Amino acid sequence: MKLSTKHLLGIKHLSQEDIQLILQTAADFKGVLQRPVKKVPSLRDVTIVNLFYENSTRTRMSFELAEKRLSADTINFAASSSSAAKGETLLDTVQNILSMKVDMVVMRHSASGAPHFLAKHIDAAIINAGDGINEHPTQALLDAFSMTEKFGSLKGLRVAIIGDIMHSRVALSNMYLLKKMGAEVMVAGPPTLIPTYLTEAFDVKVTYRVKEALAWCDVANVLRIQLERQNQPLFSSLREYNLAYGISRTLLDSIGKSITIMHPGPINRGVELDSDVADGKDSIILQQVENGVAVRMAVLYLLRPTPQ
Amino acid sequence: MKPILSQQQVLLTIKRLAYQILENHLQLKNTVLIGLQPRGVFLSDKIVSELEQLVPPSSITYGKLDITFYRDDIHKQLHHANRTEMPFSIENKEVVLIDDVLWTGRTIRAALDALHDFGRPKKVELCVLIDRRFTREYPIAADYVGRAIDTFPNQKVMVYLQNAQNNERVELLENGV
Repeated sequence: MKLSTKHLLGIKHLSQEDIQLILQTAADFKGVLQRPVKKVPSLRDVTIVNLFYENSTRTRMSFELAEKRLSADTINFAASSSSAAKGETLLDTVQNILSMKVDMVVMRHSASGAPHFLAKHIDAAIINAGDGINEHPTQALLDAFSMTEKFGSLKGLRVAIIGDIMHSRVALSNMYLLKKMGAEVMVAGPPTLIPTYLTEAFDVKVTYRVKEALAWCDVANVLRIQLERQNQPLFSSLREYNLAYGISRTLLDSIGKSITIMHPGPINRGVELDSDVADGKDSIILQQVENGVAVRMAVLYLLRPTPQ
Repeated sequence: MKPILSQQQVLLTIKRLAYQILENHLQLKNTVLIGLQPRGVFLSDKIVSELEQLVPPSSITYGKLDITFYRDDIHKQLHHANRTEMPFSIENKEVVLIDDVLWTGRTIRAALDALHDFGRPKKVELCVLIDRRFTREYPIAADYVGRAIDTFPNQKVMVYLQNAQNNERVELLENGV
């Protein structure tokens, strides 16, 4: 029982069996999290560094909690308050940390491919917690876990990914995962935020009309507009985006079927999602966050170092 | 291959273990039976169905415990986890752990650790179908033993209880063959 990979750099490199193993192990850890003592000693002898070169609330806390629930020792690193601000390179920083006998690296970086670069130079297991606009594998896994929990299986499930597809690592990881597991995917958003070559790379449907995507799907995974990654204006204003692509209660009601609403967070209320939809009965946004800890425990457990 | 228990012997032994547990835990009022995943559960299922003939089924508290995340060998090898089902408190209860084979004692050590995370039992006992004597690596002994046997480390005890329609048996394999 083993993953086919030493690192978790992206969903792209995982097999269907890997994904199934992670989701199944996550279900077992979810059971652990419902016990009176929400902790197991599995990673007692493992030290993990959380290397966050980019801001994060959910992912960092979720990883840290997962590590603690597995009894690992953890150290945290935030780029803004570290020697990276003095000009130290990524590789130097990591090699210095690893020389203090650290076994695993959880990394978020604004440069796409940063964890892949690191994997070529160091031995420790690397878990990608989001790299630029490339991948965010644990988010896709927890999305898959949450959907499986609700629908039983991903096979044949219709998932719409709505919003800023161009700049979203969540969208890319989700597309890889959903297609590998046999789900159907439609992406929706303004033409400026959907890569033109997308249909050549993936077997996904593309629409520029949100209503069409909603009418088609069982699940709508709504993404945040990533203004921090947009170097030029790609739509005229947030208000206009909300009017054309935002999901409101009125829009959902006009479709007349129940659609499960997901969002990786942080939500910009009133932009991509209105509050009464985000907090409504079909929203599983908070369950996603809850499942995140179990999924990350599974990933850490399955990638734990084995002595030579 | 050397037979240890025939089908008739397995069924009689399980019946005896059920009676012995009942002897020490009359009415099973404050008692909790816990089968260890995965293979101990096949034995505990059978013991529980024996007990259901002897006491009202509602008085039996029965759970299943998976100890995968508590193992001391996960740095060598990862095992598949199984479902833990313990929808009750073990606080101040008399727990009977049930497993098929007691060998090194490491599984039971891990089970005691796992149990501890569910509360503080008043007492913990151990019930096994086969006790491989003189091979213990921890100071652990069983309270209820189906059959005690002497084995070499390279021998393997095979217990066939699940899906063994009328072919339940225990065998000893030489060098794992």
